[in-house]
Amino acid sequence: MFPEHEPKRGTMGDATALPPALAAWFAARGWSPHPHQVAMLEAARAGRSALLIAPTGAGKTLAGFLGSLAALSEDASPRLHTLYVSPLKALASDIARNLTAPIAGMGLAVTVETRTGDTGAEARRRQRAKPPHILLTTPESLSVLLSLPDSFAMFAGLEAIVVDEIHALAGTKRGDQLALCLSRLASLAPRARRVGLSATVPHRAPLIAYLSAMGRADAGDVSVIEAPEGAEPSLGVMLPEGPLPWSGHMGLLATPDIYRLIREAGTSIVFVNTRAQAELVFQALWRLNDDGLAIALHHGSLAREQRERVEQAMAEGRLKAVVATSSLDLGIDWGDVDLVIQVGAPKGVSRLMQRIGRANHRWNEASRAVLVPANRFEVLECRAALDGVAAHDLDGDPPPPGGLDVLAQHVLGMACAAPFLVDELYAEVTRAAPYAALSRQDFDDVVRYVADGGYALSAYERHRRLFRDSEGRHHAASEAVMRRHRMNIGTIVEAPLLKVRLGRGFGGLQLGEIEEYFVSMLNPGDTFLFAGRVLRFDRLRETIVECSPAQGQDPKVPAYAGGRLPLTTYLADRVRAMLETPERWSDLPDSVAEWLRLQRSRSRLPGRNNLLVETFPRGGKWFLVAYCFEGRNAHQTLGMLLTRRMERAGFGPLGFVATDYVVAVWSAHQPLRVAELFGEEMLGDDLEEWMAESSMLRRTFRTVAVIAGLIDRHVPGAEKNRRQITINTDLVYDVLRKHEPDHVLLRATRADAARGLVDVGRVAGLLARAKGRVVHMALSRVSPLAVPVLLEVGRESVRSGEGEEALLAEAEEAALIAEALGEAEPAPPPPRVHPVHRANARRDARPAAHSPGTQGRVTLRSLRGRRQAELPLDE
Amino acid sequence: MTAAPIHIAGERLMLDPEGALWWPARSLMAVADLHLEKGSSLAARGALLPPYDSRATLDRLTPLIRRYRPARLVALGDSFHDRHGAARLGAAEAERLRAIAAVTELVWVLGNHDPAPPAGFPGMAVAEWREGAIAFRHEGGGGTPEICGHHHPKALVPTRGKAVSRPCFVADSRRLMLPAFGAYTGGLDVRDQAIAGLFPRGCRVFLQGRGRLYSFTLAQLRAASPAEA
Repeated sequence: MFPEHEPKRGTMGDATALPPALAAWFAARGWSPHPHQVAMLEAARAGRSALLIAPTGAGKTLAGFLGSLAALSEDASPRLHTLYVSPLKALASDIARNLTAPIAGMGLAVTVETRTGDTGAEARRRQRAKPPHILLTTPESLSVLLSLPDSFAMFAGLEAIVVDEIHALAGTKRGDQLALCLSRLASLAPRARRVGLSATVPHRAPLIAYLSAMGRADAGDVSVIEAPEGAEPSLGVMLPEGPLPWSGHMGLLATPDIYRLIREAGTSIVFVNTRAQAELVFQALWRLNDDGLAIALHHGSLAREQRERVEQAMAEGRLKAVVATSSLDLGIDWGDVDLVIQVGAPKGVSRLMQRIGRANHRWNEASRAVLVPANRFEVLECRAALDGVAAHDLDGDPPPPGGLDVLAQHVLGMACAAPFLVDELYAEVTRAAPYAALSRQDFDDVVRYVADGGYALSAYERHRRLFRDSEGRHHAASEAVMRRHRMNIGTIVEAPLLKVRLGRGFGGLQLGEIEEYFVSMLNPGDTFLFAGRVLRFDRLRETIVECSPAQGQDPKVPAYAGGRLPLTTYLADRVRAMLETPERWSDLPDSVAEWLRLQRSRSRLPGRNNLLVETFPRGGKWFLVAYCFEGRNAHQTLGMLLTRRMERAGFGPLGFVATDYVVAVWSAHQPLRVAELFGEEMLGDDLEEWMAESSMLRRTFRTVAVIAGLIDRHVPGAEKNRRQITINTDLVYDVLRKHEPDHVLLRATRADAARGLVDVGRVAGLLARAKGRVVHMALSRVSPLAVPVLLEVGRESVRSGEGEEALLAEAEEAALIAEALGEAEPAPPPPRVHPVHRANARRDARPAAHSPGTQGRVTLRSLRGRRQAELPLDE
Repeated sequence: MTAAPIHIAGERLMLDPEGALWWPARSLMAVADLHLEKGSSLAARGALLPPYDSRATLDRLTPLIRRYRPARLVALGDSFHDRHGAARLGAAEAERLRAIAAVTELVWVLGNHDPAPPAGFPGMAVAEWREGAIAFRHEGGGGTPEICGHHHPKALVPTRGKAVSRPCFVADSRRLMLPAFGAYTGGLDVRDQAIAGLFPRGCRVFLQGRGRLYSFTLAQLRAASPAEA
């Protein structure tokens, strides 16, 4: 059945356009198709590609398949007719179930199968030999199919490709991968039309281009069909009782109110922003749960079986509420959710809309949602987001150009399918929208990288992955190369994960997966919160974290990398506009309006078109607070760059902290000529230098290296021997940066750094906007608006200019002091330490090294006591 | 550049932040696990890593030779990533290695990756080197006092901002384990039994930093409560 499709009798539409079998099926249910469904059918009959933009609950899925069902009702001869691609495996399985019933009801002899990573080897073989009429798959599985030599035969007769949730794919690496696959499919099956199913989006042109066989929005080969907007959502903001918190993001203060909302509603989804927050909110709700309400937890680190159990219970209406992260932003429809609660700021209008849409998947009924801000700034952000929703004004950046790492993976895949000519492949690739502007130089560099690594020093002639025959065709070098490639297809690169298991050995219950770095900080006996339980860490065995239940202790919360999404540019703009317009403060709670009035009298309010920077002394230090509103990631980068410049200017920066709204730097001396600090030249040498050592850049490089196939995720038969195979990508990054700074993988890394964790693009935008418009307020004390960020100091991860070196020095100092005071267990027989030589110690007393003489350290030059003669060695 | 002195078997040894050992009294320098030509070795298995690792390793070794001018350089095994590594070394890199051999006596302690001496290069190949009372071995666990490599020790320090992981020296009063010197060499946490088991009475670790070392006891790394990352 189609749970989202329940139009009432008498809805507009022309049932006569339907083939008899389908018309009879609609008639038997007293339904008639929506106008946009009819329009989709007409586009299909004309063989045209179509983009359907529809809100949730508008019968989108049926609209996507109607053309295929109509055609198959007339001719059901065995062939692969329609390929459906979804970003989620679960969605593919759900659609398979939902298609089977109507196909049976219509009396059609149409076969439907799924092909995902979970499909068994036998089913895969059968599907390739005798494909179903409709094959449901994911971008990764499609890439694997297209890397096989029989892809030519398998897809030759394809007539339709349906891409679901296309708005969630375009602009991501998975989207790049799928775009390349679509382009290949166009070569294999030129007749196949494309169907894109999308939620309402701010930028349409990129999606039209994505669906176009020419890769261009203006090619005119895609019809755009829109479903009317559904009922306006009913939205509200709920403030916790008592004074509004100045800082904090967890929103735990509001749990009693959230609990009350859950109790009064039918079924609720409680959306939070991070997995750690999900664990905490879940725990807090259960502490209050005297009624024994069925409240469940759902996030991306939980075991798949556990998530599926929750989804199943939700679908069957057995749950009262589920606390979820973005793991439930997309996915199968649950008809009966009638309330969405967003705890913490929504961070973006489109994201909020998507989440609100998870309630009431019925088109003509209003969704109900409540926003629960955790602090004052979040109140502003929630208000701005509601205004954005009311204005139907969505945010989102246009998709960036396709990644060269994804292209590298695709090129090798194409060589695995059949030998290729570079000119032909280049033409095919540039018909994919993300690569429409790809230069021939970049393409050739990628092909060279795939062939032999693409190093100036061509050392790998014997280990080539591609070789050229006399006609210029590129072949995959060996079966081993192909096998390896197929095992490593995909663009999702996870941090190294370990399995969390309750109890010993293989009989234990698997709870989910957790990042390796978190586990490496645990010692046996430590407790942490995971999967809604307090666990005691017992030991690590191979890749399994063995735990036992723990109770009545304050646990350490799992901290996950990259859980937080930054505030969108667009929403930031709305917040700034609100700050600038006191007439609109009447919409805000009194304490927030009062806070802003106080700021206006003590300092200034940040404006839409300027950059407010405050400096003030406090506690023997100077603080510089910049109200940039560019999101946490960009602020982290800006903080690193600012501290470098302040160091050079002699202000003695000591550290900084970044939130979604501001960046605050503290220093030993008063920062002067503040406007100069924000000069655009910051993005020159400072950025280059920082990129050399940034751990975020390293993480970005690792992802690029894995996707591009420099490092394997899976090596045939080598899973056991992890230590031998694991290559530290940080070390590779250092070597490559030094010896071949323009290598194609470093170019790909820099392109990724423009957004995401590093977000240099937004820093650049800010500096350009602030040029000549920096408003510096030199204050005598902290301003009201600066209070929240100052409260974050010490709570958030703080990085000073020296980064890891300073942190290590500080930790060493603390360990030394603890040792001296006998707090830590003293090291049993400590190695004898040579006493510091006075003169040397004095010479060595550099101001930067703030660990007061740990173990005797002596400069080497003084030790040797003689000048070095020249050695016959080149540097 | 600040080196840390330690005492093993009554001998004063210097730990250089670059990851080398300097024994002034004997004019002896030791490095462990150079893993030269690891890149080209992995390329044969399909991972086309940048072929600059040997060059990068020698780029770090050469200034140390220049600074200390050791009479003897002991390479503590796994100097080449595999037994054919020496033959694959590029002409320029081979030349630099010979230049080092021209100013210092090379001692190749043999390791599990390079069970045979590197063909075509000067130097003495030994299963184990003895200097005074101290034995120099690839893999630790023989009689003490000893200096060893093999395990590529690294340590994870929880700090205020995040956990920082670095290669490190590991030492007690009888045994010293050197970090791997090679450019593409990963590491094994010092808390792993393979390393910690060699130091049953506790040890001190010296993490490699920029121009200096950071020192902790193993007990401190265990006891420190991790900061929220």
